[in-house]
Amino acid sequence: MTALVLGALLAVAAVVLVALPFLLGGDDELDAVSEAAERRLALVDERDRALAALKELEFDHRAGKVDDDDYRELVGPLRRAAAQALQALDADRSQE
Amino acid sequence: MADLGRAALVVSFGLALYAACAGAYAAYRKQRRLADSARNALIACFCSTAVAAVVLAIALVQHDFSFVYVASHTSRDLSTVYALSAFWGGQEGSLLLWLLVLTGYGALAVVLNTRLLRDLIVWVVPVVGGISAFFAFILVAISSPFQTQVPPVDGSGLTPSLQNPYMVAHPPMLYLGYVGLTIPFAFAAAAMISGHTDERWIVATRRWTLAAWMFLGFGQILGAHWAYVEVGWGGYYAWDPVENAALMPWLAATAFLHSVMIQERKGMLRVWNMVLVALSFELAIFGDFLTRSGVINSIHSFAKSSIGAWFLGFVIASTLFAVALILWRLPLLRARTKLESPLSREATFLYNNLLLVALCLTILWGVIFPILTELFLGQSRTIGRPYYDFFLRIFGLPLLLLMGIGPLIAWRRASVRALVKTLRWPIAAAVVAGGVLIAVGAGSSRPGLIAYTFSAFVLTTIVVELVRGTRATGSLFQLVARNRRRYGGYVVHAAIVLLAIGIAGSSAYQTQREQKLAIGQSMTVAGHTVTYDRLEHERSGVANETRAVLTLSGRVHGTIRSGVNDYFTGDNSREVGIHTDWLRAEDTYVIFDQQQGKYVYFKVLIKPLVNLIWVAGFLFLGGSLIALWPDAREQRRLVARLALARG
Repeated sequence: MTALVLGALLAVAAVVLVALPFLLGGDDELDAVSEAAERRLALVDERDRALAALKELEFDHRAGKVDDDDYRELVGPLRRAAAQALQALDADRSQE
Repeated sequence: MADLGRAALVVSFGLALYAACAGAYAAYRKQRRLADSARNALIACFCSTAVAAVVLAIALVQHDFSFVYVASHTSRDLSTVYALSAFWGGQEGSLLLWLLVLTGYGALAVVLNTRLLRDLIVWVVPVVGGISAFFAFILVAISSPFQTQVPPVDGSGLTPSLQNPYMVAHPPMLYLGYVGLTIPFAFAAAAMISGHTDERWIVATRRWTLAAWMFLGFGQILGAHWAYVEVGWGGYYAWDPVENAALMPWLAATAFLHSVMIQERKGMLRVWNMVLVALSFELAIFGDFLTRSGVINSIHSFAKSSIGAWFLGFVIASTLFAVALILWRLPLLRARTKLESPLSREATFLYNNLLLVALCLTILWGVIFPILTELFLGQSRTIGRPYYDFFLRIFGLPLLLLMGIGPLIAWRRASVRALVKTLRWPIAAAVVAGGVLIAVGAGSSRPGLIAYTFSAFVLTTIVVELVRGTRATGSLFQLVARNRRRYGGYVVHAAIVLLAIGIAGSSAYQTQREQKLAIGQSMTVAGHTVTYDRLEHERSGVANETRAVLTLSGRVHGTIRSGVNDYFTGDNSREVGIHTDWLRAEDTYVIFDQQQGKYVYFKVLIKPLVNLIWVAGFLFLGGSLIALWPDAREQRRLVARLALARG
């Protein structure tokens, strides 16, 4: 008998928890990620990757994994890529 | 009480099914209230499963033999700890543990990520709900731990070999690992279904994958130690199908943890990462199928049961689901950049991935070969240890070498000149180590010699990397704190090296001798003299215990007791004697093989460096925890992305 009561209580508690969002009401629209936000997320990924690559190169150079010649050869394109990513993000923001 | 357990499981099944169906509908129709309701159902599902688990735990502790499960897996003389460990000692209880961990992980993942990753979570809920519904269905309809009977006077007891402290921790640890792989899979599936395949799912699931991988890895080490001290054949890993079932998803997850770094840094390998996440999950479920179906012979598997077909069906259905999703989203998953050079950090990660997956698939072939031959030829043909050992060497040794090269090579592109300069110390250390090893006679095993030489190479690269990094940042603490994932990873690499040294030492350089001895007689093995002193008999509460007492002299001194237990239940177990020399990390391992009159047949194994394997386990755990430690910067990245996603 106790088991049945406890089982029934468990089921009722579960039903209340599941029904709670309907009982509380509020806006029923899910926050959708807009196309613009999607594009911006991709640009942010791009920017983060470019900046991380630059940071990594600086660290590898300081740690001696990349010598001076290689560093000079690699740092230019990476700086340009980072600048382009930042510009693209700024341009996207200013369009709003 | 059994009624409450049954009712709780029925509620769990209903809630999981609701989370799956209502969650998918809500995500598709973008209905917030229904999506929140489905999310709550998943959380409630964990609570009701916890109620069922508590009911079973109470029944086990109270020796309530009206539960068929309790009577089948415990007895009155079993201590409380082992009575509780019987929770995962049988088919039904371990399934309940699986569901408990799964719903617990699912609820936690949903609660922690609802705010930051709402667009993904709405799809994570139905995926986790669907998987939970499958396990809940099996527990409700096929294999319930809450079947009752007229209580017998006593239960059948727990298999003696499971009455070991390692068996208290090993299975739950493995389950935390196996089941944990569901969460990255659910996020990956959610990213593909929603079409939001940006890097957020990777950032969100990295720690889940790491945690699951850590539990799975450490659980295997615990299992290996259990086999070593309890099973009594002298080894710790037998390439048993169920052991392989835990190794395969771990290898796939290891590959994923490496390749995901390339996606983060370069935006490459996006399809490959989805494949690896799905592969890890499917191999975990496949392992569950192997353990539970009874299709393979293993000391680790449960008895043959009808649930195998359900699991096989689930593996096939979920694999088709994953493949269909990947094919559907291929255009979204295309790489944005290319590999710049075959001599770069990302290239070494790629080689590492190929070797890990090749090793994983080779093991998979070895596992399924007996099943396939039985299916198509009518006769099961087993693949033995030489097959696995061969491929472990073929793929494992290059992997070990790459573990050393990878950290010292620059991202994007490295010149041969810089690489040679960077690697000069590790190469020198490897050459010196190789020379010394040959001089002391370790050249008798070529794979062993290569493993040791490569190990010296890798350990030196780790030291070099730490020294250089400390010089660059000014402090070792700051260096590790700034990049816990990388330096935690290096600690794990050091653990793998110790593991390799331990495995090579204890297998390639092991000495074994079998001899019959009468009391007072001795045998000499690799400089150790083992003298058989006396035979003792004792009757404990559960068994007649026979022990041979042996004295160890020569290079090390000590006493070893080795024998057999004849349990009153009819079972028997070999109780091996082990003497550890911690200075050499070496064990003298004595097996009491059989007794004939006044003679006892002993098998004595000298296992050099075997204890490094257990040390490696703890180092692995430490390194994984460093890598797992929360990172505020990562959280800030996710928050910034949330702001962007919301426009």
